[in-house]
Amino acid sequence: MRLKLVPTETNFDFFSRGALSGGFSVLMMAASVALFFMMGLNFGIDFRGGTTFRTNADNAVVVADYREALAPLGLGDTSIVIVQDPLKPENNVTQIRIEAQDAAVASETTQNVLAALKAVDETVRFEAVESVGPKVSGELVQTAVLAVVAAIAAVLFYIWLRFEWQFALGAVAALVHDVVITIGAFALLQIKFDLAIIAALLTIVGYSLNDTVVVFDRVRENLRKYKTRALQEVLNLSINETLSRTVMTSVTTLIALISLFVLGGDVIRGFVFAMIMGVVIGTYSSVFVASAILNRLGVKRDWSKEAANRASGQYADIDA
Amino acid sequence: MLDIPLWKRISIWALCALGLWLALPNAFYTTVERHNDAVIEIEATGVTPELQADVDAWPSYMPNALVNLGLDLRGGVHLLAEVQVEDTYATRVDGMWTTVRNILREERATIGGVRQLDAAPGFLKLRIANVEAMPRALELLRTLAQPVQTLAGVGEMDLVFASDGDVISMTLSDAEKAAMDERTMVQTLEIVRRRVDEVGTREPTIQRQGTQRVLIQVPGLGSAEELKGLLGQTAKLEFRPVVRRTNDPAVAPGPGNEIMPSVDEPGQYYIVEKGAVVGGEDLVDAQPTTDQNGGQAVSFRFNISGAQKFGDYTADNIGSPFAIVLDGEVISAPTIQSHIAGGSGIITGRFSIEETIKLSALLRAGALPAELTFEEERTIGPELGQDSIEAGRIACIVAFAAVLIFMVLSYGTFGFFANIALVINVGLIFGLLSAIGATLTLPGIAGIVLTIGMAVDANVLIFERIREELKAKRGPARAIELGYEKALSAIIDANITTFLTAVILFVMGSGPVKGFAITLGLGIITSVFTAIFVTRLVVVIWFERKRPKEIEV
Repeated sequence: MRLKLVPTETNFDFFSRGALSGGFSVLMMAASVALFFMMGLNFGIDFRGGTTFRTNADNAVVVADYREALAPLGLGDTSIVIVQDPLKPENNVTQIRIEAQDAAVASETTQNVLAALKAVDETVRFEAVESVGPKVSGELVQTAVLAVVAAIAAVLFYIWLRFEWQFALGAVAALVHDVVITIGAFALLQIKFDLAIIAALLTIVGYSLNDTVVVFDRVRENLRKYKTRALQEVLNLSINETLSRTVMTSVTTLIALISLFVLGGDVIRGFVFAMIMGVVIGTYSSVFVASAILNRLGVKRDWSKEAANRASGQYADIDA
Repeated sequence: MLDIPLWKRISIWALCALGLWLALPNAFYTTVERHNDAVIEIEATGVTPELQADVDAWPSYMPNALVNLGLDLRGGVHLLAEVQVEDTYATRVDGMWTTVRNILREERATIGGVRQLDAAPGFLKLRIANVEAMPRALELLRTLAQPVQTLAGVGEMDLVFASDGDVISMTLSDAEKAAMDERTMVQTLEIVRRRVDEVGTREPTIQRQGTQRVLIQVPGLGSAEELKGLLGQTAKLEFRPVVRRTNDPAVAPGPGNEIMPSVDEPGQYYIVEKGAVVGGEDLVDAQPTTDQNGGQAVSFRFNISGAQKFGDYTADNIGSPFAIVLDGEVISAPTIQSHIAGGSGIITGRFSIEETIKLSALLRAGALPAELTFEEERTIGPELGQDSIEAGRIACIVAFAAVLIFMVLSYGTFGFFANIALVINVGLIFGLLSAIGATLTLPGIAGIVLTIGMAVDANVLIFERIREELKAKRGPARAIELGYEKALSAIIDANITTFLTAVILFVMGSGPVKGFAITLGLGIITSVFTAIFVTRLVVVIWFERKRPKEIEV
């Protein structure tokens, strides 16, 4: 007896409610963009400069006391957050962020903050101190944006090379969709957005593509097999044929990610959250965005002999 | 049909065995780490029974390369320092005044008197008495310029002269500045390395980043203060002629001179010449000591050329004061009592014992050619790192077990085959990480967990294909063969796109993100290898033994 998440034979019509899913995607993206501009992202010091202290103490932390203790130091914009971890309910750990001081990285500030907190609770200690100067943070923003753009461009190029340009557009639309909505979720939940999140976004790019490419690969194969069927039918058939695999892979990846989310500690929780979001949205988008756009754009179906030969030749090269 | 030639089988197993063999030391991390430390220690200091025991704890025929743990896992200090390369230009130009004056003096008859004027940092300005002799003066000065040694080999000169009426201004050419930046960086790296060694911790990373930055990573250090204290000081020691003392910090020092505060006497300032008699680069040794009154002091010794210069100067200037200058502050300004030959002496000041120890260490390591400013600092406590490793390990094991169970539930026997490949896959990742000496970071662990989830993807693709072929009433052998054949193009395309993003992350990322890119990239390579070759081989071996009439995937 096998565990079957998807019945052996499926025959869903993924385009019958095209307006609904398309509208949903557009709405989500619009909401994400709005959230991004209204609430903004909770940028970490990697991108805005400043210093964070991760404190640990033997007693539960009262944020107001910490805030009062730090007020006389005149550090400017200060945020104090208790690090939540379901596995450690004591609330002893905080993350304190102060804005960039005049000097790039000031040692006295660290000493002063520690002294001020020790006055509140003798057992306070720093588990981590991270400080990024304004010069570096500016460069990090630049590289991060460049990395995401470069990844999308590379992928666009590769898919265009291996498929038709319509496939590439569909895949990239799905990618942009995934990245935008993930960023929207970060704006909504105000999760710290730092360098690691950029890595997560790029992984989402990779994963979402992985999914889309598998569907497209089947579409390409079926287009050759059923030369007379309508494109929408072929797309539906291909998605149905690969559905079991799509769900299987998403589930195994989610199993791994969720265990990391729950057990992996709070330091990488934001990072893992971004990836979980990405896997869920990426799976959705490869079916409802990438394929829908491909359906809209249409594909050249006139497989004249020459074109077919060229295509199969290409295919054979990779197989060899 | 399902034939795999013997040589292929042997190579597949051999590769797997090699990877697992290389990964093995990581299973005994602390033992192997102590073994490696002990081997280095014995080479440096000789054998002791304890060290020998540590060495013997891990057999020497076994591989001993381990996965390096990143700072976020092990704890330590990460500093990104920017070298103020521009500092060196002014020093270089100011130091040329004596030579310039001497060369012009030789033709005093035509050029007339020469006076130095105030100039911006990095420029030397002088006025000559006879304007008509300007071409001759420039001609003389141009003999000072040397061609710049660059890789491009373009023969640009190092000095640029310009004249305006009776004023000549001299500065460094852009080519020379670039060449000097290069030298400054090389020197800085060397001196930073020597100073970090003074802290005495193992395996510090000192790397150049970009044109003028240095990345310093010291594992195991609990606080950045000590390290920054050591690196934040230029420790440039100079002996300079004193022009006069003053109490007014705003007084104009006059051309070629500058004003410096005294360390020990608040409100006291010295006007000293810009050019140094002897500098710290001529020092060969410095040690903490005490003076005749029992005060803390630092003794120093010059090399031969420094001793010569110092001896000549003291012989010529008996009775006048000279300043001992450290990083732009006058430590003391004794009067020269007699000719000091032999090139050694002591520096006295109001030092504490700690200060003399630190100062002598800095003097021994040498002065930084330019000041360092810190742009980024990250200190991770060892406690937090240990927590992260622990959490990562548990998450990995749980993820691993869950995926293994899920695969068997979904695909039965074939799921079990995929699991064999998955176990080998994770082993191969660790083997490769150890072999290339890569660094495992916390996001890197996330990369491995993600790989565990995604590695089954290729097998899932294949198994689903085999199911489809079986549904199309093909025989078992044919279905398996077609399944592999048809899934291949999807596997390759899907993995190449992910691999592309891993490469981009690696190129553009830094630190932990790079660590993530490495494990993700290696994970893709090993998972494709295990899916295409290892599971296939396992399936074929199973098929050959059983010869089933029917298979269920």
